[in-house]
Amino acid sequence: MSKILVIAEHLDGKLNGSTARAVSAAAAVKPEAIDVIVLSDAPDAVAAEAAKIDGVSKVLTVARAENAHALAAVLAPQIAKAASGYTHVFAPSTTFGKDLAPRVAALLGVSQVSDVMTVEGPHSFKRPIYAGNAIITVEVDSASIVVATIRTASWAAAASNGSAPVEALSVDATLPSHTRFVGLQQGKSDRPDLQGAPKVVSGGRGVGSKENFDVIYKFADKIGAAVGASRAAVDAGYVPNEMQVGQTGKIIAPELYIAIGISGAIQHLTGIKDAGTIVAINKDGEAPIFEIADIGLVGDLFKILPELEAAL
Amino acid sequence: MKILVGYKRVVDYNVRIQVKPDGTGVVTDGVKLSANPFDDIALEEALRLREKGMAEEVVVVGIGPADLTAHLRNGLAMGANRAIHVQTGDAVSPLTAARTFLKLVEKEQPGLVILGKQAIDDDANQTGQMLAALWDRPQATFASKVEVADGKATVTREVDAGLETIEADLPAVITTDLRLNEPRFIKLPDIMKAKSKPIDVIELGSLGVDAADHIKTTHYAAPPKRSKGVMVKDAAELVAALKQKGLL
Ligand SMILES: Cc1cc2nc3c(=O)[nH]c(=O)nc-3n(C[C@H](O)[C@H](O)[C@H](O)COP(=O)(O)OP(=O)(O)OC[C@H]3O[C@@H](n4cnc5c(N)ncnc54)[C@H](O)[C@@H]3O)c2cc1C
Ligand SMILES: Nc1ncnc2c1ncn2[C@@H]1O[C@H](COP(=O)(O)O)[C@@H](O)[C@H]1O
Repeated sequence: MSKILVIAEHLDGKLNGSTARAVSAAAAVKPEAIDVIVLSDAPDAVAAEAAKIDGVSKVLTVARAENAHALAAVLAPQIAKAASGYTHVFAPSTTFGKDLAPRVAALLGVSQVSDVMTVEGPHSFKRPIYAGNAIITVEVDSASIVVATIRTASWAAAASNGSAPVEALSVDATLPSHTRFVGLQQGKSDRPDLQGAPKVVSGGRGVGSKENFDVIYKFADKIGAAVGASRAAVDAGYVPNEMQVGQTGKIIAPELYIAIGISGAIQHLTGIKDAGTIVAINKDGEAPIFEIADIGLVGDLFKILPELEAAL
Repeated sequence: MKILVGYKRVVDYNVRIQVKPDGTGVVTDGVKLSANPFDDIALEEALRLREKGMAEEVVVVGIGPADLTAHLRNGLAMGANRAIHVQTGDAVSPLTAARTFLKLVEKEQPGLVILGKQAIDDDANQTGQMLAALWDRPQATFASKVEVADGKATVTREVDAGLETIEADLPAVITTDLRLNEPRFIKLPDIMKAKSKPIDVIELGSLGVDAADHIKTTHYAAPPKRSKGVMVKDAAELVAALKQKGLL
């Protein structure tokens, strides 16, 4: 029988929604137990949240001052130790999990299964390669521990009706001091979180400037949507990097995605393939985004957006 | 200081990948191959550090088949001092690549290893982190800014929450994100010059690397297709269509 250790992602004392998505993938393995591990300097609040996730058997906390920031070099040796007795270690496929899980895998002497989309069996998974242009089925040797990152857009978050016990764990691992946290510059926003929002409005190079991006924010606020962007818009300095959607940005699966002034490069589409309904607004009727959009509207965004707001 | 750079050859990012009808792989015959975009950025960053006087030597490393020479020559033409070609007929897993890099690290004693954050063929995003783990050294992944001074690297990383800055004692492993820099173009005279730069060829088998792969790919499939939808003629029609779907 399988026993799965899920690595909790958290920031500023709050559990990240990606953790409950990783728990959903763990549940699909039909294991005997799903334990969530919280590494932090002060894990209690995060552990209490994790304990509520449906399907969690217990929450393990590792409280150490060194765990104040999520440095892979510091966390990985502790997780590799804690992994003993488990058949699987899962982390979300966010920048947190992508940074950390391969370091854990290497310490355990195994390759990692990146970006799990579906669970076919305890040792069989589907994952994307070539920016999602091919989906492969992989089989992990049944004698090896499975270390995997979970493609969050492929999994709904497990509900929060549970009440798993919380246990403190002490791991005997010497931690390096060669890597140090200096600071985190966070985008402050009252808008919904891009990775969990049911509606997302994104702007591309077609928006033209940082000032012009206000029309995107205004429209998004009107329909209660999170705001995203293409890489071209980020590179041009219209918006900060954490808003980028796509192969090298965030992979999202909102119910509604509205792409405005975005051409639809393959690397952008990778990030929105799982959206429920894709709407494209672009002045070029030949833009590739229209090949995958459920609803397309050809025209100038600066004319259409005010009309849309008026029609709402 | 010496800098080792991962320089993988992959299917060019503009190619539309086709899965073979029998599900045994993707079509690579006759398809354009290029340097992994993240690796061009890794090489560019290494060259800039050398130009700033922070490094003396930049070495590009490719692990792959015999015909990798022309690709490595591109890295030399871009400005690397020399190349190491670890020759193997089989595609290597990230763990095997990391173990191979570790052998080269032991031999070359670099102050920095700069790899791409991911290879755009396998999209694994593992090798740098694994090398750092096996080497027991710092990792600074998804770098968008690198400063090297006083035996340490200060690296800004693109993370989901924003921009994180960390400090890593050297030697260390850095993996590149796209915004770190814009790689230079190769000039014709540099291609000529690169012809005389050395390429060491080493058989993977001779390095004593455990190349066992416990993950097997059993099937390749095309992704589910999204069908072309409908076009609406104006804002009012769009709002009506979204309301009908219950999305507004
Ligand atoms: C390895 C790699 C990874 C990448 N990762 C990503 C990624 O994660 N995310 C991503 O987005 N890109 C990524 N890219 C870049 C990608 O290839 C494209 O360059 C990028 O997505 C283009 O952004 P865009 O559509 O905003 O710009 P453009 O392609 O320039 O398109 C702008 C569009 O706006 C339209 N437009 C202009 N003015 C108006 C107007 N007034 N009204 C309406 N429409 C207008 C134009 O018709 C055009 O279609 C990556 C590239 C590489 C090589
Ligand atoms: N066969 C290889 N040859 C050279 N560099 C490689 C190879 N495989 C991986 N790398 C390096 O590791 C990075 C990440 O690769 P991956 O973990 O496969 O996504 C790449 O961008 C390269 O810098």
